[in-house]
Formats: sequence, C-alpha cells, structure tokens
Amino acid sequence: MNTTPVHKEATKACWQLMDQICDPEVPVLTLNDLGIVRAIDVKSPPTEDGIIEVTITATYSGCPAMDWIANTIKMELSTIGYQSITINHSITPAWTTDWMSEQGKEKLKEYGIAPPEKRFTIPSDGIPCPQCKSEHTRLLSEFGSTSCKALLQCQDCGEPFDYFKCH
Amino acid sequence: MQQALLDYTLYLADSALILGQRNSAWCGHGPVLEQDIAITNITLDVIGQARSLYQYAAQLKGGETTEDTLAYLRNERDYKNCLLVEQPNGDWGQTILRQFFFSCFQRELYTQLTKEKDATLAAIATKSLKEVNYHCRWSSEWVLRLGDGTPESHTRLVTALENLWPYTGELFKAADYEIALGLDPAPLHKNWFSTVQSTLEEATLSLAPLTSCYMQLGGKTGVHSEELGYILTDLQYMQRTYPGCDW
Repeated sequence: MNTTPVHKEATKACWQLMDQICDPEVPVLTLNDLGIVRAIDVKSPPTEDGIIEVTITATYSGCPAMDWIANTIKMELSTIGYQSITINHSITPAWTTDWMSEQGKEKLKEYGIAPPEKRFTIPSDGIPCPQCKSEHTRLLSEFGSTSCKALLQCQDCGEPFDYFKCH
Repeated sequence: MQQALLDYTLYLADSALILGQRNSAWCGHGPVLEQDIAITNITLDVIGQARSLYQYAAQLKGGETTEDTLAYLRNERDYKNCLLVEQPNGDWGQTILRQFFFSCFQRELYTQLTKEKDATLAAIATKSLKEVNYHCRWSSEWVLRLGDGTPESHTRLVTALENLWPYTGELFKAADYEIALGLDPAPLHKNWFSTVQSTLEEATLSLAPLTSCYMQLGGKTGVHSEELGYILTDLQYMQRTYPGCDW
C-alpha cells in the first residue's frame, strides 16, 4: 500500500471509491473487503491531468471476474474525473484470505456464507452453519459455486451453505 | 537462453491449456452436479494458470505477440504440451486419473519453480501451487473411491491406468530447453512416484504389470499424438475463421 502518497486527499478518495465497488460473484464484499486492490498511485489528481495507476490481484488464477472488476474500476475512476487510468495486474505476493477484512467476514456470515477460518484450512465437516450456528455440518464438496468456495450442508437446520475457503 | 525460457514457459502454458480444454468438455456432463462443478472449477484454475504463463511468454517473445495469438494461432508442431494432457477424456475414471497424475506432477514442478531465480515463473508457481493442492486432494480422493469401489469402477480404473501410464514417463524426461535452464525434471520423479504408488495401492490398483511399460515421448518437443490436431481444431476454430473476432 502507498505509505506516503503525494496526493493524499485524492488517493484517500480513490480508496473510498473501492469500497463502493462490489465483487460481482460475492456481491456483499467490496474490493477492499476482499483485499484485491494492492496499490493506488495518483500521478496527477483530477483537478490537474487526472492520471492514475491501480494495481489489483486475482483471488484465484482463473477468476473470471477480473476483467469486469478492472473495467468497473476504470469506469468509476473516470466518473470522478480521471482521464488516464492504468490497471496493473500483480500476481506476487499471491492473494490470501488473510487480506480479507474482519468487516468482510462479518458481512459474509450475515449473507449466508461461512467466512474463512484458520482451523478449517482444509474444508471439512463441522464448519459452523451461518444460519443456525450449528457445528453439526457436512462437507458436500470442496468446490462450490465459485473457485473460492466449498459447499456444505447443515445437519440441524438442513440448509446447504457455501464456505469461503482459506487460501 | 531467452529461447529456452520461452520454450519452457510455453511447455508449461500449453500443458495447462490443453488439460483445461479437455476438462472443459465435462461442463454440464459431470456424473453429479457437485463433481461437474469441481472439474469445471479445476479447469478454470488451469486455464487461469495458462493465461499467466502465456502473458509471460508473449512478453518474452515481444513484438505483436499476445496471450491470444499464442493460444489461438500456433500450429500443432509448435505446441509443447506433454502427451498426457491431450489423451481423451474417456470415462470419468480416465479423466480423474489423468488429473491425478498431472496435478501430482504440477505440485512437484511448481514447488521446484517457487525457488526458481526467474521471478515471474516463481510468482506464477507460488500462486498456482495453492490451487494445485486442492486438485491433488480432490483427484486422489476420487482415485480411491473408484479403485476401491465397485467391480465396475475398479475395472474402469484399471483400463484407465493401462491407457495413461505410457504417457507419464515424458514428464520426467528433460527436453533441451529444460537442460539449458538447469531445470531437469528427473529429480521430481521420486516424490511423484511415491505419492502415486501409495494412492494407487490404497485404491487396490497395482503398478506391477506396468513396470516395463514403454514410455511415449514427443509432446514436449512438438511431436504429438493425433489427438492434438482435433483439440486445436475445436480450440482455434473461431480465431482461424474470423481472425481477431471479439465479443
């Protein structure tokens, strides 16, 4: 992250903007909740030439949402006055669920997705049900509706649910 | 040296892409919904890895080359994927076993590459390795389930083993570009073999009849089985017919 941005206010505004953009596949999480925006470099604020570079990283190599996310960032930045927007894709360091915000984990739970937990690095039975909190749950598949999730079912309330895998 | 690095990167990219292309034929046809989703998720991962590798290859090659021209506009003899990944899907057992052999190989290979001095390859390997660990776990569980399952599933896996084993030797036989880069894959065989052997044993499958099996070579240097031509026909049709088409 940029520790000493030259254009402090403009940079701050851009980070706030990233909190307005949600992941298209897990729409309860913003880009900041996911931790996929790695750097914002305002080279010239919108009041001047409006030049900016944003570095993002994919959760999984094949994440199909990356192009959409890059385009959406461009669109949103252009609405606040940036003229020249470069999106860089970085692969190192590799994305990890450790970068997910605590607030993001809470939002996942409310949304019905079990958040990543260190004690379940490998998805298994017993991951708490986000609906009824029961730990009497069964792993159905290590692969769920998107690359980042596994599929479980609660044995008490009967609800199937996704688990956001530790990565 | 630059040529060797390019060839090597293409070997990794092509192997990932062709496996992805093969696996993608399962989309909507998996035996049950959860496993259909599993195999397509794995497919997405390997195609994603292929993209990162092609982007790097395009950068090494320079000029007008892009990830798309590398995937869509190269001919069969230019493809360097290992023969294993171009083998037909066959039944679910053969697809599973092919995935298991390849994922276990990728795990060893990428572990080696994470320590590679080439920073881009090391970064791609580090990221991919996280995904490959899932693939190994999933495919080995299925090898157990099928091998140690019903007489029918066992027989099918024995057939798959006979079909695929001759294509595993190539993975550990260095091509010229691997020698030039000091990345001989032969030392990876020990760990790979021990994982494969113990899983197969647990799945009540024996490698004994295959000990003197003749190993096929060629894919890594562009000499493929007849399969690859058909795969590329499917994969490249749109770009060959409507150059530069986009949507």
